[in-house]
Amino acid sequence: MSAQAPHASADATRLSFYQLDEHDHPEGGSTMLGFWIYLMSDCLIFACLFAIYGVLGANYAGGPAPKDLFELPLVAVNTSMLLLSSITYGFAMLAMERKQVGATQLWLAITGLFGAAFLGIELYEFANLIHEGATPQRSAFLSAFFTLVGTHGLHVTFGLIWLVTLMVQVGQRGLIQANKRRLMCLSLFWHFLDVIWIGVFTFVYLLGMLR
Amino acid sequence: MTDTSSHVHAHAHDDHGDAASHGTMKGYMTGFVLAVILTAIPFWLVMARPFGPQTTALMVMGFAVVQIVVHMIYFLHMDTKSEGGWTMMALIFTILLVAIAISGSLWVMYHLNTNMMPMNPASMADM
Repeated sequence: MSAQAPHASADATRLSFYQLDEHDHPEGGSTMLGFWIYLMSDCLIFACLFAIYGVLGANYAGGPAPKDLFELPLVAVNTSMLLLSSITYGFAMLAMERKQVGATQLWLAITGLFGAAFLGIELYEFANLIHEGATPQRSAFLSAFFTLVGTHGLHVTFGLIWLVTLMVQVGQRGLIQANKRRLMCLSLFWHFLDVIWIGVFTFVYLLGMLR
Repeated sequence: MTDTSSHVHAHAHDDHGDAASHGTMKGYMTGFVLAVILTAIPFWLVMARPFGPQTTALMVMGFAVVQIVVHMIYFLHMDTKSEGGWTMMALIFTILLVAIAISGSLWVMYHLNTNMMPMNPASMADM
């Protein structure tokens, strides 16, 4: 202490230039931006998978083409499931804003059901394809198809796990600040997956049927 | 000793605590109705085929782009102000990288394809 005392005035001058101690950030203040950056990096993963599908999507190796495999009515139902889950998640966020725990939980549960319906239909479609012999090993087109659509489905699966986890947390602690922040992150994640699905149904299914 | 400076900075960063916009009922419903319309039209275009393949493909892609923008605005609440503009900055940078990755891959690989030995599906199946 005695050695530092003579430098006290010098320290004070320096402090106006350097910030030696962390200034006060409210907890989770940078979470939303950080999560957005994560979503953008996830976007790049999907960009690579879309690029692979774009390059290999016409290499059927004498196997089935999109026209022989895809059923657009089923894809339309699937798309509407995901879109409905997006709007019900929006309702959950609005209920959260109004601090209504019950309504938030109800809308989250409905969102989860639509998400599960989406996954169920997708797995049904995959099972049908594999049953017809259109497995990922059949052609480069099918490898790229299963990788792209499967990665999206995997994201939805983890989104569902996250959703159930948050429902439990909201049930235990209520709509505390931390839970609200988590719900906002999942909101971004869920709507982001719907945006990716727009790319999937457009480039894989609709444009596939035109080939 | 740093009470004054930390206080000043805490004050300067007051906006950290602000919650992002959660949207409104009107916003979500507008987005939903637009999304339904923008989804239904491309499906109808491909299933009913009122136009040729080339025109249909271009229209379907156009609807997809518009729908992505609608989702960004009404569901993801994108604007130029949130987080001091950094979310928009990250988005623009990502769009640039996505465009380079996808268009670059397609460009390079199609040129490679034209330089490959021609092969028809039947001979591929025999391999």
